[in-house]
Amino acid sequence: MKYIDEYRDGAKAQAIAGAIKAEADPARTYHLMEFCGGHTHAISRYGLEDLLPANVRMIHGPGCPVCVLPIGRIDAAIWLARQDGVTLCTYGDMLRVPGSQRLSLLKAKAEGCDIRMVYSTQDALKLAQSLPDRQVVFFAIGFETTTPPTAVALKQAKALDLKNFSVFCNHVLTPSAITQILDSPEVRTLGTVKLDGFIGPAHVSTIIGSRPYEYFAEEYQRPVVIAGFEPLDVMQAVRMLVRQINDGRFEVENEFSRAVTRDGNEKAKALVAELFELRRTFEWRGLGLVPYSALRIKEPYAAWDAERRWDVPQDSAPDNKACECGAILRGVKKPTDCKLFGTICTPENPMGSCMVSAEGACAAHWTYGRFRDVEMTRQ
Amino acid sequence: MTLPRRTHPRPLDIVLGRVDLTHGGGGRAMAQLVDELFIAAFDNEALNRRNDQGAFDVPGGRMVMTTDGYVISPLFFPGGDIGSLAVHGTVNDVAMAGAVPISLSASFIIEEGFPLADLKRIVASMAKASKEAGVPVITGDTKVVEKGKGDGVFITTAGVGMVPPGVAISGDQARPGDVILVSGTMGDHGVAVMSQRESLGFETAILSDSAALHTLVAAMVTAAPGIRVLRDPTRGGLASTLNEIAGQSGIGMLIEEAAIPVRPEVKGACELLGLDPLYVANEGKLICICAEADAEALLTVMRGHPLGREAARIGACREDSHHFIQMRTAMGGNRVVDWLAGEQLPRIC
Amino acid sequence: MCLALPALVTELLPDDSAKVNLGGIAKTVSLALVDGVAVGDYVIVHVGYALSRIDPEEAAETLALFEQLGQFEAEPAA
Repeated sequence: MKYIDEYRDGAKAQAIAGAIKAEADPARTYHLMEFCGGHTHAISRYGLEDLLPANVRMIHGPGCPVCVLPIGRIDAAIWLARQDGVTLCTYGDMLRVPGSQRLSLLKAKAEGCDIRMVYSTQDALKLAQSLPDRQVVFFAIGFETTTPPTAVALKQAKALDLKNFSVFCNHVLTPSAITQILDSPEVRTLGTVKLDGFIGPAHVSTIIGSRPYEYFAEEYQRPVVIAGFEPLDVMQAVRMLVRQINDGRFEVENEFSRAVTRDGNEKAKALVAELFELRRTFEWRGLGLVPYSALRIKEPYAAWDAERRWDVPQDSAPDNKACECGAILRGVKKPTDCKLFGTICTPENPMGSCMVSAEGACAAHWTYGRFRDVEMTRQ
Repeated sequence: MTLPRRTHPRPLDIVLGRVDLTHGGGGRAMAQLVDELFIAAFDNEALNRRNDQGAFDVPGGRMVMTTDGYVISPLFFPGGDIGSLAVHGTVNDVAMAGAVPISLSASFIIEEGFPLADLKRIVASMAKASKEAGVPVITGDTKVVEKGKGDGVFITTAGVGMVPPGVAISGDQARPGDVILVSGTMGDHGVAVMSQRESLGFETAILSDSAALHTLVAAMVTAAPGIRVLRDPTRGGLASTLNEIAGQSGIGMLIEEAAIPVRPEVKGACELLGLDPLYVANEGKLICICAEADAEALLTVMRGHPLGREAARIGACREDSHHFIQMRTAMGGNRVVDWLAGEQLPRIC
Repeated sequence: MCLALPALVTELLPDDSAKVNLGGIAKTVSLALVDGVAVGDYVIVHVGYALSRIDPEEAAETLALFEQLGQFEAEPAA
């Protein structure tokens, strides 16, 4: 597979690892956060942490839209699916996420709700056209990568004057989440969480470009390197960050230059601006209320907004008290610091957001990395 | 001696006809369905006697019995259908004990309204698979359920076979130091079936690998009667099967990602959907765990058989009280290959 | 976080879509979010939409950067 296989060369990965080891200053530790869940997944899935020297540590960030969606919004999706005549369309990721009372969309489907997994918003639109007697609701989630596809569908729905299609919008924004972490007391003032640099998201950046990160680099004086998802991309980005940190620089560098430009995808950005506006505040699981961090559908498209078509419950459901997801999402704690990890909380029975999706820090550690905990306790 | 075929006033309307509740009622309609569709296709001595059971002689020794229900959707997929799968799957379960399959039973639960043309196609496919494998369907059953209470058709097959003397293959027999072999590429069947699901909408030339493995097993058992474990990695894929075996045997495993054969199209489809080929179903492949001393001979035998051309050594068993399946990734790092919770779902993140 | 793959555009279709190929798998995707895509281009595909085009020159340069290792040798993994 072109543009994939070349970036998965094992020998080159090892060579870059050698370069990192040589360039890293043995007198200090480098704490690098990969913001994006896709990077968390790549690091775990390829065991990249094994290739890094001990003084270069990866901290997993909150860039997993499935993980950060609050329980209340899942409950709301289930509520919608239970309304008369509704067919709820969702991406596969959301099917097993537990809401309140251990319910999930999958369980609601087993109860008899009409819930369909789709790969694309186009599928949901086509479904609405083929089922004129059903109210098709699309459960929209995701960061900036996934928002434009929802925008396209909404625009088409309006153009077709499709009366039986609407969107339950839960799109969230990357820069707001990064700010939330960087502004948290542990990072900004207390210094208990050391964050020396960021690996920036790959595909979010194809849309928003590299420009938005320039603010962070400047304001918080930390380097950002935007990286592709393949293992060589991640290794190279770590190397570039180590170099910047050694040089005392805090710039935005773009390792994923084959797909990301400074301005990103203007066409997609314009479309999103046409369809969506900022919510003043939005609850993020584990991070609490974050201002200007999420989108809702603009007035001209109100007729296709599921939250306006139905009186969708806006309840906020609390996480388990012992759940440490909030701290884990902010990089303050590790999965193994949480009492519930591996005991009550496993991928089959996730208690909090970090275990819920394949890329959450806890899920990734459980699925790919927990043998390391055993090795450590053996020693 | 074959009894003369009963005749019915009018033959079944295969072209436009549908299964209805009378076909399960035990009366003439059912007899006709059984005669013209099932018995005509499977056509063997025991079945042709039209008893409620099929009789056969067995050599002395250890017998194995297995059963499986087939509820696959879609019913037809590239490289097979529910019928051929029902034969291959059960023959394989017998073969995984190192046993020689003798015969099969087949029971059908058909939904009212199911087209006879589709039923005929499925039965023809089963009969072909059965004949090619040399394992006859000697008894069967037919039931019809009301519309809405079945997914078209469900098939349950059971199989019996005899274990050759000196063979003691079982999931709890793997020992530290034993070698892990696979007979070929992983993930073909699952991808072929998924490609038929409309909501995923991709086209591929990948065919299901559904096949009867008993002749491959026979050759392997002859070359190395001391084989420890045989298992076909069906639902849950290679990863789940290895985890099962590790648990049964009380050992851990270390496998090499680069050594596991996967077709490029299967890789591509899995990339597109965010799936891991290690967890995708196979229906014509086996995992073999054997002593180090037997590994080379087995690989030679496997590669000499049409169903084992791409056989490969993928790792080894070791002491591990946690029964982890650890994998050295293509990058040289390490990760655990965990037991899958439920079915893998395509993801966007 | 966003599963997206580079795929080869093999055919342009009406309705602002295209047929793409990834490792032998063919899929139809929407081109509504990109402009000026031609057969032979590689695009990044996410949930059935092309998000951007891959720049072959940048790709080659990135690969070349990986090679820039000077005197560093490969370290065996721990």
